[in-house]
Amino acid sequence: MTPATRLDLDPDQAPEPATGSWLERRLPVGRALRREYRDYPLPRNLNALWFFGAFAVVTLAAMIVTGICLALHYTPTEAGAFDSVEAIIRRVPSGWILRSVHMAGASCFFAVLYVHIFRGLYYGSYKAPREVLWLSGFVALLMVMATAFFGYVLPWGQMSYWGAVVVGNAVAAIPLIGHPLAGMLLGGDAPGAATPMRFFVLHMLCGGLICAVLFIHIAALHVTGSNNPAGIEPRSPADTLPMHPFYTTKDGVGLCLFLAVLLGLAFLAPALLTEADNYLPANPLLTPPDITPEWYFTPFYALLRSVPSRLGGLLLAGAALAVVAAVPWLDRAPTRSARFRPLARPAWFAMAASFLLLGLAGSHEATGFWLWLGRLAGLYWFLHFLVLLPLIARIERPLPLPTSLA
Amino acid sequence: MKPVLLAAFAALLPGVTLAAPIREEGAARRGLAVYHQVCSVCHSLSHVEIGDLAGLGLSDRQLRDLAADIQVAGPPGPDGTPTTRAANLSDRLLSHFPDEASARAANNGALPPDLSEIARTRQGGAHRIFTLLTGYTDPPKGVSVPDGQFYNAATHTHLIAMPPPLADGAVTYDDGTNPTLAQEAHDAAAFLAWSADPHRSARHWLGGVTIAFLAVLAGLVFALKRRVWSRV
Repeated sequence: MTPATRLDLDPDQAPEPATGSWLERRLPVGRALRREYRDYPLPRNLNALWFFGAFAVVTLAAMIVTGICLALHYTPTEAGAFDSVEAIIRRVPSGWILRSVHMAGASCFFAVLYVHIFRGLYYGSYKAPREVLWLSGFVALLMVMATAFFGYVLPWGQMSYWGAVVVGNAVAAIPLIGHPLAGMLLGGDAPGAATPMRFFVLHMLCGGLICAVLFIHIAALHVTGSNNPAGIEPRSPADTLPMHPFYTTKDGVGLCLFLAVLLGLAFLAPALLTEADNYLPANPLLTPPDITPEWYFTPFYALLRSVPSRLGGLLLAGAALAVVAAVPWLDRAPTRSARFRPLARPAWFAMAASFLLLGLAGSHEATGFWLWLGRLAGLYWFLHFLVLLPLIARIERPLPLPTSLA
Repeated sequence: MKPVLLAAFAALLPGVTLAAPIREEGAARRGLAVYHQVCSVCHSLSHVEIGDLAGLGLSDRQLRDLAADIQVAGPPGPDGTPTTRAANLSDRLLSHFPDEASARAANNGALPPDLSEIARTRQGGAHRIFTLLTGYTDPPKGVSVPDGQFYNAATHTHLIAMPPPLADGAVTYDDGTNPTLAQEAHDAAAFLAWSADPHRSARHWLGGVTIAFLAVLAGLVFALKRRVWSRV
């Protein structure tokens, strides 16, 4: 077998001749940007749900800018962390603005990602040839979850501390490597002197890794192109529009509304998204009556607490994510969009409802009604991905697909 | 989708303003007098620096006068004895007790909590502080109050370790306001609400301006989008 050489390439695919300015001939960035962000063809029928990818990029940028400014004033020590955050919100110039935006940004990031993911599930955006796109997005979600957890511990309030305890216990439940791993993570048997510095480093590191994974996600997107509400590939140039000016202006409208939500939450209703208990300094001797995670972790928290075994809970929460990663191989139906799938469409709504119910269960004490609601919703979640999706792919008769997007 | 979002916002706004009606700069400034003359005997406000009180509208002169009136721990004397000095603007409003043990010893075993964030961390916020401060009554017949505890209708157990801190005339106001119990409690609650959320009014102003700006911008970009898309 001969290795592929440049000469084997299709002439149409060969690199463009080096022309243009001195820099362009050596590093054709301008040309690449024009190709990928101005002329880049997008399906002409994208709806508002396709805004959310752009929202996520903008949120990430805001998180990095505010996060770097906050890091300049943060003290990653057990004794200094809470005080330094108090100083940021009280007397660092504009510190309260940075922190409000960073906190609201974290919530909005998850809201945006959840919409983005459930949009992908509805319109079959994970199906061939977009499996790598889907998996890279899944890795990005895991990185965002890790970053959010590390970041939440940094202010060293009561919920920070006890959140770290819960996660430390969950990690310690892993057989064999659990205990050493939790010890390495927390820097001791329980959160303590070493924890804020470790989590500070990990928070910044994971934030950087999100950027790297996002780069791969967008690169993969630009290879396959965007899916669209009809779920069929554009067949002719008439089916697509160049990104600029069409989607730059359309996304621009969405972005204004999204920023109004983000900044409205940050400045007018911060209490909606914050746990007041986290303004009490961490106290290892005083367990809060109910340890509640931020809303975006509640579905997984419900699963973590749904069985009377730490390891079992951890496995369930991990598996709930894993089935999402595996969905391109669980759902083998050739039709992408749920619009044309009479069985997959109601199943999607039931699945989304089970996720919401899991979240609701996870935000209440794990007893009686809420415990059982969480168990049932969790059961349905797995039923959907492991049984219903493969089954529907076999028995469903999809509606006729349109022949063009125009 | 857009009208839904706008409606959601419109629905949020009144809820935001209703959240903490005990809030007025004059009241919060008088509340500082209540804190300084009464609360600070046992409690701390340890995250607030004296200079931060400028956010209540105090002038530099007033802040310096207040600082001169507060004694904080100074450097040890030549023979190692503890000393005190007048506070300066970067000093915090710490507890007068050197440590937790002495604070408990002086308060029947109870530890007076730090008040910096109390209006946020206690359910009910400023309202709860007001009802607590005015909730002391004689116990109803048949209810016995243990030693070192006081009857207060505003707590869950109807018992509290803090002796009634306020009374008519317990505070001297320099703006001539009549220091009734209700007035003092209201002012103290307003001051603690400020302490838990010192940038509240700037935050609301910024939120309003930001949303107004983005609403206009969204309108303009929407007009542009319609023009661009009219070609397809």
